[in-house]
Amino acid sequence: MDYEKIESSARNRKIALNSVIYTLLVIWAIFVLFPFYWMVLTSVKGYGEYNSEWIPKLFTLTPTFDNYVDAFTAVPLGGYFLNTLIFTLVTTALMLFVTVLAAFAFARLEFKGKNIIFVLFLSLMMIPTELVVITNYVTITEWDLRNTFTGLILPSVTSVFYIYLLKENFAQIPDELYYAAKVDGTSDFRYLYKVMIPICRPTIVTVTILKVIECWNSYVWPRLVTDDQAYYLVSNGIQEIRENGFGRDNIPAMMAAVVVISVPLIILFLIFRNKIMEGVSRGGMKG
Amino acid sequence: MVYNYILYIIARERKCGYMKVTLQNLTKVFPAKSKKAKDVIAVNDFDFVIEDGLLIGLLGPSGCGKSTALNLISGLQKPTSGKIFFGDDDVTNLPPENRGVGLVFQNYALYPHLTVLQNITFPLENRKGKDKLTKEVMVEMATEVAKLVQIDTLLDRKPAELSGGQQQRVAIARALVKKPKILLLDEPLSNLDARLRLQTREELRRIQKQTGITTIFVTHDQEEAMSISDMIVVMKEGVLHQIGKPQDVYENPIDLFVAKFLGTPPINVFDGYVKGGQLYIGDESVLDVSSIEDKEVDVAIRPEGFVVDENGRFTCNLNRIEVMGRDISVVASHEKSQNKDIRAIISAENMARLNQATVKFNLKPYKVYIFEKDSGKRIYF
Amino acid sequence: MKNNNLKGWLYLLPAIAFLGLFMVYPLIDVLIYSFEEGFNFASQTYFGVGGYNYSYVLHDPYFLSALKNTFILVIITVPLSTLFSLLISVGLSSIQKIRNLFQTIYFLPYVTNTLAVGLVFMILFKQTPYTNGLANLVLGWFGFSPVDFIAGPYWAKMTVLCIYTIWVVMPFKILILTSALASVDEVYYNAAKIDGTSKFRIFTKITLPMISPTMFYLIITGFIGAFKAYSDAVALFGIDLNSAEMNTIVGYIYDMLYGNSGGYPSFASAAAIILFVIVLTITCINLLVSKKHVHY
Repeated sequence: MDYEKIESSARNRKIALNSVIYTLLVIWAIFVLFPFYWMVLTSVKGYGEYNSEWIPKLFTLTPTFDNYVDAFTAVPLGGYFLNTLIFTLVTTALMLFVTVLAAFAFARLEFKGKNIIFVLFLSLMMIPTELVVITNYVTITEWDLRNTFTGLILPSVTSVFYIYLLKENFAQIPDELYYAAKVDGTSDFRYLYKVMIPICRPTIVTVTILKVIECWNSYVWPRLVTDDQAYYLVSNGIQEIRENGFGRDNIPAMMAAVVVISVPLIILFLIFRNKIMEGVSRGGMKG
Repeated sequence: MVYNYILYIIARERKCGYMKVTLQNLTKVFPAKSKKAKDVIAVNDFDFVIEDGLLIGLLGPSGCGKSTALNLISGLQKPTSGKIFFGDDDVTNLPPENRGVGLVFQNYALYPHLTVLQNITFPLENRKGKDKLTKEVMVEMATEVAKLVQIDTLLDRKPAELSGGQQQRVAIARALVKKPKILLLDEPLSNLDARLRLQTREELRRIQKQTGITTIFVTHDQEEAMSISDMIVVMKEGVLHQIGKPQDVYENPIDLFVAKFLGTPPINVFDGYVKGGQLYIGDESVLDVSSIEDKEVDVAIRPEGFVVDENGRFTCNLNRIEVMGRDISVVASHEKSQNKDIRAIISAENMARLNQATVKFNLKPYKVYIFEKDSGKRIYF
Repeated sequence: MKNNNLKGWLYLLPAIAFLGLFMVYPLIDVLIYSFEEGFNFASQTYFGVGGYNYSYVLHDPYFLSALKNTFILVIITVPLSTLFSLLISVGLSSIQKIRNLFQTIYFLPYVTNTLAVGLVFMILFKQTPYTNGLANLVLGWFGFSPVDFIAGPYWAKMTVLCIYTIWVVMPFKILILTSALASVDEVYYNAAKIDGTSKFRIFTKITLPMISPTMFYLIITGFIGAFKAYSDAVALFGIDLNSAEMNTIVGYIYDMLYGNSGGYPSFASAAAIILFVIVLTITCINLLVSKKHVHY
């Protein structure tokens, strides 16, 4: 057997394969990153500069931040931002409250009908939002809650999946802790607050981040129940900007707005990268 | 037609024959993961020859680098330095698939989605070009090797439907079916229960003898290695301590580690010293060792090295007696003993004499080993 | 014990209230709506009960075009995105250097606002009086004549929609597939390597069967997700999807509910139920097929 030949051909094949793999990965990375690059690049090009480029340039030598000023002054971007922030915070807080209580009941308490109601909850996970959105729209309209935060928030609160995720996590805490706390005269609520929540903090953080992402990007429901700009969220704001903002296709200003509303989540992602990816891989769907 | 094909394959394999394995200064270092941690030397300067057709037990405590040594031989890992020869061929940098080894993994690594038959024929289906086999030949070869390991009635099952012992046989069959020159087994018995382990190790021995294939298996269980190996290689923390026939290694341990590692019940170790050609344990002179100069030493005595004698030179406190049939186990204690209990195995006839708080022994000199205090090296006398 | 029962339900009360009001009740209600003929939103009255709403929706050219668009989108994007993500995940799994960096980059589209990045895709593909757009520039190098992908011919618009949809759904698939690939015990690969199995055979005979449950999970969720496509299209073509010929089923539902053609919850409900039935059917078919092909 010609061992040296085998050795070198195996080595060459490995090098060839690796270069193919890296090429593929780099191409995809460029495809993913390019829109981000383009939006940042365009946002720092001047209005005149952008429109004079028949062949778009891949860089600019005269970056300007005027577009960012425009984004906040010509359209109420700051208002959209604030609305989204309020909507996100309140919805997430309410969701946490409802979810933690429900998960605790399912994981820790014994009561009649628990199993049946749990199965019912689980089966709700399969219901697409498109089915229920119609009636919700009618309900909110009847209650005269269009163009209010209440109308925006209420139907967005619950998520069966998060209850399920948290219940699974709560259930892993050994029973002994609960009995020990009971012996010490700890109430159920105190036990939940002092023991279970701290132990399950990682999952709670994951759920929170996922919900924040969902809220920040939500578009369909806000579009249905708001037609007053004062209550627009960023997604609707962007849509509004696209349809009538800035006038005369001021694309650089539009891109500045896009950058501004994209940045918070990207920062959040870079900080909580592992938590987010873990949470999503455990079954998170895009909202 | 099919029959001719098998003859051809067998003849071709015969020509290659089974291989002797030579390790030359073989070293594997795992670089430290962080700056604070140290490099781990999993295999340190292995240098020995394994003759063909033998069953070799690679023996050592957990985490001593045995599996790494095996992976170096199989080619799954590349050595940091040193060479490996199969026969006269240098295979050090050869990828595993070109080495012609069969490997049985600790947890068997049977493909869960394939049946037993598909698992066994899997290696055969990899052949290309002129070595390509027809389906019938593959099934025939698989059935043949399945018969050898006695699983030929289970060919249609999936691994999940088999017991641990059966899965193990399938794994061996899969390793053997391609007629490897060398068979490697990583902790082959560790996932089996005690009864099955005894049975399977005999089976392993039978299969090895029947095929004559050079076999190297890794284990942390000294009894397992001693009972079936032609040769054992004792290692610890990447360092080779001793290599030899099981009985030789048992009777002539080269250092304290080997003495302690082999034998059940384990060897008894005492703090002792040599003075004026006499070996002392505590105040008593227990043995004449004229050739050793005066110094502190470790004294190791095999359980079968004790002889009960009213005029014995070595006095211990008698704790209890365990009857094991023909033999009895005397459990005693001594202030200089490094273990809590001393165990002596003696013939049951001596039972009557064991009725006091203390027991006196004489020692069989060839069952007593003396070691340097610091290096653990054997001092011969 | 009785006390305990009460407490359990008390803890569940908020969840039950929210779910009951905004999920269970609407679910029943939407069925009722879909059979109430001639429902008037303002007066809350209807003429009768029957299948007219369904028949109207199924004969509405806008719905039929939305149906066609959605099916084309599904048929193109689900297989392509699954295949690409498999390819990329396998690549990712076989490297060590800067793997984390790649993974981070690939996941970015997941956390960005679909509407916002859609705008970027729009300007990349749009033809304006000032420029043909970057996409046309690149295509020009290969000798293609410029075309407006945003307001031009149907196939061009569909192409952009597919590209953007794939861009949006890839992060999730890559993430799930890489973790599935990582969970395949390395010992199987070692066993195969010892036996001289080629890379391709290792992939088809070991890797694929072992990740087949994940593959089918991705295909099923991919189908469901693609059938519900909407905001991607809005991002690219604006709110008035009907006139852009790019409406989707979900878009049709929302348009019926509100918007230019607005205020017909009965038609919207019927369309939603039709969508649900389609998704359910496809999912069942998928499950049946997967029973045959998924191991374990």
